Amino acid sequence: MSPLADAVQRVRCCSSAGCLASGAGPLRQALETAVARRELQERLVITGVGCLGPCSQGPLVAVDPEGILFGGVSAGDADGLIAALAHRSQAALASEREAPLSWTPAAGERLDTSGPFFSRQRRVVLEHCGLIDPERIEAAMECGAYGQLRRVVQTLTPTEVVETIRRSGLRGRGGAGYPTGLKWATVAKMPQGQKVVVCNADEGDPGAFTDRSVLEGDPHRVLEGMVIAAYAVGADHGFIYIRAEYELAIVNLRRAIEQASRQQLLGQQLFGSSFSFTVQLRVGAGAYVCGEETALIHSIEGGRGTPRPRPPYPAEAGVGGAPTLINNVETFANVVPILREGADWFAAIGTAGSKGTKVFSLTGNVRRGGLVEVPMGTSLATIVAEMGEGTPDGSGIKAVQTGGPSGGCVPAAHLDTPVDYESLQALGTIMGSGGMVVIDHATDMVALAAFFMAFCREESCGKCVPCRAGTVQLHALLQKHLAGEASAADLAQLEALCHMVKDTSLCGLGQSAPKPVLSTLRFFRGEYEARLRPGTAPSPLTTAGAAP
Amino acid sequence: MSAPESSTAGKLRLATVWLTGCSGCHMSFLDLDEWLIELADQVDVVFSPIASDVKTYPEHVDVALVEGGVGTSDNLALIRQVRQRTRLLVAFGDCAITANVPGMRNRLQGPEPVLRRAYLELADGSAQLPLAPGIVPELLEGVIPVHELVPVDLFLPGCPPPAARIRAVLEALLRGEAPLMEGAEMIRFG
Amino acid sequence: MSVCTLTIDGHAVAMAAGANVLQAAREAGIRIPTLCDLEGLSPVAACRLCLVEIAGSDKLQPACMTAVAEGLEVHTATPRLRDYRRTVVEMLFTEGNHVCAVCVANGHCELQDRAVEVGMDHSRLPYRHPQRSVDLSHHCFGLDHNRCILCTRCVRVCDEVEGAHVWDVGWRGEHCRIIAGLDQPWGAVDACTDCGKCVMVCPTGALFHKGDTAEEKHDDSSRLVDLVRARQARQGSP
Repeated sequence: MSPLADAVQRVRCCSSAGCLASGAGPLRQALETAVARRELQERLVITGVGCLGPCSQGPLVAVDPEGILFGGVSAGDADGLIAALAHRSQAALASEREAPLSWTPAAGERLDTSGPFFSRQRRVVLEHCGLIDPERIEAAMECGAYGQLRRVVQTLTPTEVVETIRRSGLRGRGGAGYPTGLKWATVAKMPQGQKVVVCNADEGDPGAFTDRSVLEGDPHRVLEGMVIAAYAVGADHGFIYIRAEYELAIVNLRRAIEQASRQQLLGQQLFGSSFSFTVQLRVGAGAYVCGEETALIHSIEGGRGTPRPRPPYPAEAGVGGAPTLINNVETFANVVPILREGADWFAAIGTAGSKGTKVFSLTGNVRRGGLVEVPMGTSLATIVAEMGEGTPDGSGIKAVQTGGPSGGCVPAAHLDTPVDYESLQALGTIMGSGGMVVIDHATDMVALAAFFMAFCREESCGKCVPCRAGTVQLHALLQKHLAGEASAADLAQLEALCHMVKDTSLCGLGQSAPKPVLSTLRFFRGEYEARLRPGTAPSPLTTAGAAP
Repeated sequence: MSAPESSTAGKLRLATVWLTGCSGCHMSFLDLDEWLIELADQVDVVFSPIASDVKTYPEHVDVALVEGGVGTSDNLALIRQVRQRTRLLVAFGDCAITANVPGMRNRLQGPEPVLRRAYLELADGSAQLPLAPGIVPELLEGVIPVHELVPVDLFLPGCPPPAARIRAVLEALLRGEAPLMEGAEMIRFG
Repeated sequence: MSVCTLTIDGHAVAMAAGANVLQAAREAGIRIPTLCDLEGLSPVAACRLCLVEIAGSDKLQPACMTAVAEGLEVHTATPRLRDYRRTVVEMLFTEGNHVCAVCVANGHCELQDRAVEVGMDHSRLPYRHPQRSVDLSHHCFGLDHNRCILCTRCVRVCDEVEGAHVWDVGWRGEHCRIIAGLDQPWGAVDACTDCGKCVMVCPTGALFHKGDTAEEKHDDSSRLVDLVRARQARQGSP
C-alpha cells in the first residue's frame, strides 16, 4: 500500500473482471471526473485495484485510510461520494482524528468488514490484492515485491531455496496437490542444461476465478515466485500459459513483464549474478484440456493441445524436451511469503498434510460470493454458510461442488469437512483450482451432472477413445435419465461406463470426467432412481452375458 | 435365457421374422439346403415369411430368428409381439444387431428426407411420394437395432450370417445348449 | 545393453531395456489387442486397447508406451481389462458409421478383427449415426470419414515416414476428423506425393484405393513395417 500523506484519502476502486462486468469502469471514470472537477487531486487519490473480495456485492469501492468498503456503487454515486470525502477530509485535517463518514451509495450498502466474510480470512496469497495498483510496479515494490528475489539471488543457494519450499509443506494448488518442494527438487536434480519454468494460468473450471483474480490484482507476486523457482531449479526461461478469455489478466501480466524487465528484475544477469531469466506469455486458444500439463506443453510448443501418457513427466522431458517445472498461479504466489516469513511460519498454518492457505472462488447459490482465502483445514460450513451466509432464498445448502468438472459434490451432511487435500479426496472430490459452487435445494443433481458431462464432452480433445466417445455416451445416458426414459439397466450402465472412462482415459480430463456423476450417484442416488421408467424390461447388458 | 424345451408334439416351435432387412439372412437360412429337411423333422415352423402362410404371430414360440432392424411402425408392433410371445429371441444378422445398411438412412434424420431422396430426387420419372395410410407402414425416425427396443437373448451376426453359423446355432439350441458365440466363425460382422 | 526380466500373465520374459511391454508380450507370444499401434510409427497410446494391469499400481498402463522394467508383473487379460476392451471397440463402432457389409475393407479390417477378438457380438452402447463426409478429390485414393477411427496412423506415417505431413487432426472431441493440408480437399493438397502409405496403414476402410469395391481392400500395414525395417537396416549399415 502506498503510504498516504496526512489527510490524503484514497479511494480504491475494484478494477478486476468481476466488478468491471457490473459497471466498475464507468464508476472509476466518474470518480476521477468528480475529483478533477473539484480540483481535489492533492487530497483525493483514485486507485484501480484488484479484487476486493465480495464480488457478489460489486462494484466495490474502498476508502482509505480506514478501509471503509462500499458495495453496489454506481457511476451515479461518484459525485456524492467525492463530495462527502471532500467534506470529511477537511474535518479530519482540522482534528487529526478519525472522521465519520455517513455516506452510502443510492442502491448499494456499506459493508461490514468485521463480519465473517472478512474476519475468517487469512490473506497470504492475496495479502496485497485489492490494496495495490496492479498497473504500477512501484506500488508492488513499495509492498516489498522483488525483495525476496533479490535476497534469494544474492544470499541463498538454489538448494537452500528448494529446501525452504520443501520444508514449508507447500503443495500444488492446481489440482492434485503434489508436493511443490519435491517437484522443484526433481527438476533441480536433472542434469544441467536448458530447463524451463511454466506457470499454468489456464484456469478453466466453471466457477473458478482464483488464478484470474491473483493475476489481475497482483501480477508481480506471481512473476517473482516464478523467477525464484527458476533460480532454484536452474532454468533460464519460462512461459506463462494463460487462457485467452482472461483479457484483463493478460494485459496486466504483459505490462508487469515489461515493467519488471525494464527494472532488470527479469532478463540477463539479475542483481549482478550469473542468473538470467526471461519469461514469455503464451495465450491459449480456449481449450480446457490445455490445463493438463502435457497438453499445455504441446500447446506451448505450437502443436495441437493434446495430452500424452506420463512418464516421462515434464520434470524429465517437458517443453522442447527440456526438464520443465510446471506450477499453477497460486502455487507461485505462495513462494514469496514462504521465503519472507520462513518455512516454519508457513507450515504452522493449515493442517498436518495441507499447509498454508487456499484461495476459493465462492459462487453459485450463495448470498455472499467472491474471492476468499482461508487457512487449510477451515470447514466447508465456515466458508459457505458463515462467510458466504448460505443460500439467497434461505432454503439451506444442499451440497457444495468443488474441483469443477474434475471434482464432485459434498452433501450438506458433510459440510463439517475441513478443506484439505485428503479430506476432499475421501469424499470423492478434489481441491482443484479453487472453484467452490454452492448448490441449493432447488438444484437438480442429475441436471448438474449432465451439465458437467456436457462440458467434458465439449472439451475432450478427442485423442483417446474412452474420453472422446465415452463422454458422448455418458452425456446421452444422463439426458435419457433427465427425460425420464432411463431404465434400471441404463442406470447400471451409466455407473459401469463411468468407471470404464475413469480407468481407461489417457489424461486427467477423461479420467475425472465421470467424477461429477459418480459423486452425485454416491450422495444423491435417489434423484436418479426417482426418474427411472417403472417396470422396465431387463437390459441387453444383463441378458447378453447370461447363459441360457 | 433358458434352454428351449420341446413343446407340443415334442417339437420346438420355431419362427423366423423379417423386419427392415434385405431378406439376405433368410436366403442364407435357405442355404442350409438338405439340412433343412433334418431341421423340419425337429421343429414346427409356426411363423416365417419363407416357410409359412401364417399372418399373425402365434403364442408360445420357442425360438424366433429376427432378421432386420426396427424401421417401420409395423416392425415396432411386430417386435413387441414377438418379444411377448417368444421364449428365445435371436437377433439374426447385422441389420437386427446394428441396423446395418438400412441404418444408413438414419443420417438423413427422419423419414421425410429419406422418402424425398428415394422417391423424388432419385426418381427416373413420375416422381411421387408413397402415401397410403393404413396400408403402407410409416417409417420410424430411424432404423433401430432390435436390442435397443426389446431384450434379445442371442446375437447371431453376419451380413448375412453364413449358413454354417446358422446351423451351429440351431443345432446347439436343439440340443438344449447355449451356442458358443465366439471367434470369427461365429461372431464376425459383415 | 542391459536386459530386464519381467512376467507377463505369469510367463517370465527377458527383454532388452528400452523395449516396451507390448513388444515384450509379442516376443512371449502373448497377444494384446491394438489399433493405433504400428511398428515403425511413434506410439500414441490413443486407442487404449493395449491397457494392461501392473502389479502394485491401480492405474492401467498402455503396453505400447510402458517401458519394461526389472521385476515388472504385467497382467494383460483380467476380466476388467476384457470388459473395458470390448467397451472401447463398441465405442469405436457406435461413434462412426461402420457398415461392414458394404465396406471396401470387409474381411480385411482390423476393427472388424478386434470386434471378434474382444467378443463383441453386439454393441451395448447405442449407435450414434453421426453426419460424416467422404473426400474423393484425390485422383487415386478416397477418404471415407464414416469409417475413420482416428487412430492417426495416416497422420504419423505421412509425417514420420514419407515426410510430407499432409494429414493432421482437425477439431476436437467427437468432432475430430482427419484433415488434409489446411483442411482442404485431399486432391488440392500439393504436399501429397501420392505415395499411398496412408492407405497402406489404415486399419479400416477409411482410406482406400478408388478402384476398390466391397471387400477388395487388403490390409497392407505389414508392407509399411517391412519398408521401415529396410530403411533402418540401410541407415544402420555403413
